[in-house]
Amino acid sequence: MNKISVIIKREYVTRVRKKSFIIMTILAPLLMAGIIIIPTLLMTNQSGEFKKIAVVEDNSDLFKGVIKNTKDAEFVYLENTKVDDLKKTFEKSGFYGILYISPELVNTPNAVYLISSKQPPIGLLTYIENSLKKEIERQKLLAYKIENLDDIMKNVETNVTVQTKKLDESGVEKGTSTGIAMALAYILGFLMYMLVFIFGAQVMRGVIEEKTSRVVEVIISSVKPVQLMMGKIIGIALVGLTQFMIWIFLTIGIVGFLKTTILSKSGATEITQSMPQNLMAGNQQTATGTTQAAEISPQIAEFSKMFDNAMNQPWGLIIICFIFYFVTGYLLYASVFAAIGSAVDNETETQQFMLPVTIPIILGLMVAMGTMQNPESSLSFWCSIIPLTSPIVMMARLPFGVPYWQIIISMVIMLLTFASFVWMAAKVYRTGILMYGKKTSWKEMWKWLRYSG
Amino acid sequence: MSLFEAKNVSKQYGSQLALDNVSISVPEQCIYGLLGPNGAGKTTFIRIINQITGPDKGELFLDGRKLMPSDVQLIGYLPEERGLYKKMKVGEQALYFAQLKGLSKAEAMRRLKYWFKKLDIIDWWGKKVEELSKGMQQKVQFVTTVLHEPKLLIFDEPFTGFDPLNTNIIKNEILFLRERGATIIFSTHNMESVEELCDNITLINKAKTILEGGVNEIRSKWAANEYDLVFDGNVEIEGNSHYNILKKQNENNKSIFRLKTSSSISTNDILQNLMRSGNIISFNPALPSMNEIFIRVIETQN
Repeated sequence: MNKISVIIKREYVTRVRKKSFIIMTILAPLLMAGIIIIPTLLMTNQSGEFKKIAVVEDNSDLFKGVIKNTKDAEFVYLENTKVDDLKKTFEKSGFYGILYISPELVNTPNAVYLISSKQPPIGLLTYIENSLKKEIERQKLLAYKIENLDDIMKNVETNVTVQTKKLDESGVEKGTSTGIAMALAYILGFLMYMLVFIFGAQVMRGVIEEKTSRVVEVIISSVKPVQLMMGKIIGIALVGLTQFMIWIFLTIGIVGFLKTTILSKSGATEITQSMPQNLMAGNQQTATGTTQAAEISPQIAEFSKMFDNAMNQPWGLIIICFIFYFVTGYLLYASVFAAIGSAVDNETETQQFMLPVTIPIILGLMVAMGTMQNPESSLSFWCSIIPLTSPIVMMARLPFGVPYWQIIISMVIMLLTFASFVWMAAKVYRTGILMYGKKTSWKEMWKWLRYSG
Repeated sequence: MSLFEAKNVSKQYGSQLALDNVSISVPEQCIYGLLGPNGAGKTTFIRIINQITGPDKGELFLDGRKLMPSDVQLIGYLPEERGLYKKMKVGEQALYFAQLKGLSKAEAMRRLKYWFKKLDIIDWWGKKVEELSKGMQQKVQFVTTVLHEPKLLIFDEPFTGFDPLNTNIIKNEILFLRERGATIIFSTHNMESVEELCDNITLINKAKTILEGGVNEIRSKWAANEYDLVFDGNVEIEGNSHYNILKKQNENNKSIFRLKTSSSISTNDILQNLMRSGNIISFNPALPSMNEIFIRVIETQN
C-alpha cells in the first residue's frame, strides 16, 4: 500500500508541476466564460459609435417620428428629400446610413431599405423592423376605426414568459428553468467526456512511455505490476480531480463576480437595457424603446430568478454523481487504456485498439446531446444504465430529474463492470508490459488474460 | 551455504518453452555468472528470480527459505535494457526508486549523497536524465540498484556503455559490494569479465543448463591435454607421436610453444624428452579461455 502511494505521488506531482497543466487549469474556465460572455458583450456593445441615420420617404410622412432615438442611434427624419440626392452627398453628410421607406411598405413588407457603407449591426435592424412593424399594425388597426385605440393598445400589451415549476416528493414547488437544465446537461456530459478521454489517454501515454523507456522493468522488480498500473491510474485521476475542483471554484468565482457586477450596475439603464434582454432570448421589449425605465425592475427580477432557478438544481446529487461517475467511468476506461498502452510498442500502434474504445464514448456523448432535447427517451434511459455510456448520459439526464432507483441501478452495474474491467486490464497489462517487438492483436490480448502469474 | 537457490524451474510462453528444468545454487558472497547465447532463457530466468514473472514449475529459495514477494527489498536488479524517466530530474528519480524499494526518504537521501559523491555524479543531481550521457545514466542506474544494500544483486550486462575507465570503476564497486557481504548474479556476454570476476557459472542454452561449476574447474576440465612450454633462448623442437605443436612464438629471447599431448603418455615422459632440447623455464597446463569454452560447448550442442 505504501508503495502505491509513492507511485501515486510521483504520477501526481510530475503532472501537476508541468507548465501545460497550470496553463490549462487557469485558462480553461476563462475560455469557457469567454465563450459565454463575449457574444453577449458583442451584442451589447455592437453600437460602439453613435449612429446618425437619415430617414426618408417618398412624398409622404406616414412614418414620421415613428422610430424613436436610442442611446446609440439618432433617427433624423428628412422631409422633402429624395433618396438619390441624399446618396450623392452621403459621404459628406456624416450620416451612418439612409433608411428609405417606400410608400408600398404597408402592403409590401420588404419595401424598406437601409443604405449604408458598412454592414449595419443586427440589433439596429431588429429595432427598426420592430418599430415599423408596430406602426404598420397600428395603422392597419386604425382603419377599423376603433375608438380609443391608443388606450386599448396600451392596455392589451403583454409579455409572456412561461415559468416552469418542479414538484418534488414533498410536494414543494421549485422554480426551474429548462434552459438552465439544458445548459447544465450539456456542460456536465461534455465535461465527463473530456475528462475520461483526456485523462484516460494520459494513462495510456504514461504506460507506453514506461514501456518504451524500459523503466517498467526496474519498477516491477520493486512493486507488483497491478500496483504500478493502479498507482498511475489513481495518480492521474487525482490530477483530473484537482483540475476539476479548480475549474469549479474559478467558474463559481467568475459567475459570482458577474452576478454582482451586473446586478449592481443595473440601476444604470445602460446595462439593464441590453444585457438581460440579450440573455433572455425572444424578449423583445426593446421595441417599445420608450419604456426603459419602467421595465428595469421586472428585468432584474427575471435575471435574479434565473440564478435562483440555477440554485434550485439538485447540486448535492449532481456533484456526488459526478464524482462517482467520473471516478468509476474514468477507472473503467483508464484501465482499458492502460491495457492497450501495455500491449503496444509505440503510440502509432494504438490506433487499431482505440476505435472500439472510442465508439462507446462518442455514442455516449451523442446520446447525451439528444438527452437535452428529450430527457425521457428510452434511448437516453438505456444509455444511462449501460456502463460504457452511463457516465456521460446519466450526467446529462440528472438536471432534468432522474428517479433514485435508476441512479442506483446504473451505479451498481457501473461498479461491477468497472471492477471486472480493472481485473482484466491488470492481467493484460502484466503480460503486455514485458512484451516487445511483437504486433499485438485482440486475440493475443485475450490469450494473455488466461496466463497465470 | 547457498544464499540463493533455484530448483527445477520451468517456464512456458504459449507453445515456447523458455526454461526447462533449470537449477542453480549461488553460494553466499559469490559472483555467479549466468551465461548463454541470445534467446537462451537468461532474461526469463532473471525475471523469475526478481518475481517479475512466476515460474510454471520449480521452487526458489533465498537465504534458505522460500522466496516471498516481500523479498524484492533484498534483491537489487540492474536490467540489460536500462530505463529511467527521461524528463525527471536525476536526484528525484533516484529517490523515487529508493522509496519503491522501501527506504525512507531521509535514509534514501543520505545514502544517495554518499554514492553520488563516490561515483562523482553529485553535480548532476538537479539535471534532467535526458541531459546526461549514456554512461552517466548507467552510473545513476547502478546507484539505484545497489542503494538499498540488497543481499542479492543481479547485474544484466553491467558494463555496456561504459568507457574502460568507468568499466574499471564499476568493476571495483562490484568487488567492493561483494566484500561487504553481497552475493552477485552476473549475466554477460563478455567472457573476459567472467574470467576476471566470476567464481561460478551456469551456461544456459535452449532453455536448458548445459554447463555449470567453478570457473577454474571448468577451465581445467576443458584444458584437454594442452600445455604451454617456455625455453630459454632460441630453441627449435618438432612434433612427434607424443605431442603436436599448436603454436610457436619467439619473444624476448624465449621460445614459447603450445603443445597438445596424446593422452597415452605421462607429462613426465614428455618433459624428459623435451629437456634434451634446451633449458625449460616453465611448463603449464594451458587453460582455454571462457570464450573458447563457450563457443565449443554451444557449437557441439547445436
